[in-house]
Amino acid sequence: MDSPEQIKARVEAALPGVQLELRLNPAVPAESSLVVGPAYAVAVARFLRDDPALRLDYCSNVTGVDWLDATVKEKVKTRRRVAGEEQEVEETIERKRPGYLEVVYHLYSVALRHGPVVLRQRTRNRFESVQVASLTPVWRSCEFQEREVFDLFGVVFHGHPDLRRILMWDQFQDFPMRKDYVEPDDYEYEPTPHDKILDKARRHYPTGGAA
Amino acid sequence: MNEGLRSELSKQGVFTTTLQELYNWGRSNSVWPLNFGLACCAIEMIAASMARFDISRFGSEVFRPSPRQADLMIVAGTVTKKMAPLVVRLYNQMPAPKYVIAMGACAISGGPFKQGYNVLKGIDRYLPVDVHIPGCPPRPEALLHALITLQEKMRGEPLAGPAPARHADPSAPGEYPVPAYGPYDLTPAKNDELWRPAPLPRGE
Repeated sequence: MDSPEQIKARVEAALPGVQLELRLNPAVPAESSLVVGPAYAVAVARFLRDDPALRLDYCSNVTGVDWLDATVKEKVKTRRRVAGEEQEVEETIERKRPGYLEVVYHLYSVALRHGPVVLRQRTRNRFESVQVASLTPVWRSCEFQEREVFDLFGVVFHGHPDLRRILMWDQFQDFPMRKDYVEPDDYEYEPTPHDKILDKARRHYPTGGAA
Repeated sequence: MNEGLRSELSKQGVFTTTLQELYNWGRSNSVWPLNFGLACCAIEMIAASMARFDISRFGSEVFRPSPRQADLMIVAGTVTKKMAPLVVRLYNQMPAPKYVIAMGACAISGGPFKQGYNVLKGIDRYLPVDVHIPGCPPRPEALLHALITLQEKMRGEPLAGPAPARHADPSAPGEYPVPAYGPYDLTPAKNDELWRPAPLPRGE
């Protein structure tokens, strides 16, 4: 199978003007992913599915990721005059990264027996601009999994044929897998609480519920 | 008739009984369970009904697919908050006398999901449970033991008098309120008349 760089080049050649970004994964598995903008997501997905060299005909997994607002530290090398001499200095720059929600698709080719290619979509923020394009028209197997991401993360899939909650009940109002989800305060006594449960135990039984 | 006279008579070959004993003996040996499972415990329940463990030795092989024909609800598995109202509704649709066995760690306490947001911390928050079976999942033998425990309980139930069996007590409710789906949790989160948190071990 082509490397992610080659796939990116092929997609860009086939779809001029496409918003596609390659995110390299520095970890050992080195599973790099392609981040696609919502306007081009369906076109890119169709290309990946129909391209004779890729034929990614099977979307095995759709999952969501919640990225909170964060300060990102970056090390930048700059040239600067230090004590009258021009030197290369490493500087740490902090910048604020607004939070967003991300949807990750793992694509395989059953026909050519390769994969996965990781495709990602991002929402603009975590509050009102949470739309991404649904890839259910391209891979039918996305339908329930996109519903699950909608249910648990609150990502709205534009173009999904049947976007309803799938695990929680319809009247439920929160998104439980988001990192700022507050669960119902219904702690009940248990004999050996630990970690986060111990905090809850101390709050509910301040005089010895942890014992 | 006291017990001494009764055993004396039985030694002489005279069998005596009461209507209550006969009735309890009959119904305790034909407990028809409701045929439904919620999670992996249901597999053990199925195993208990198959040839190797054979729940029919105890008269309970008639798994009924309709609550209208069932005597016993075996809550076999994780009761999610989404499923809980339906379980309570099924119980309400069963005719009295009716019994509940909570099978497995999830059904009795929430099990490994107890600290989660979407699983009920035990079906006894909404239903009167007669026998609890611990285990994850319990072996089929444990289910058979629970059934025998339930049969013993049924045989000892008085049909009249100051503390009658639940189905013979007009003041005991035959139905329990079905919780509603709320925006964040079930409302109410538990049936306060049925279940209260256990007191702390040190008497706080």
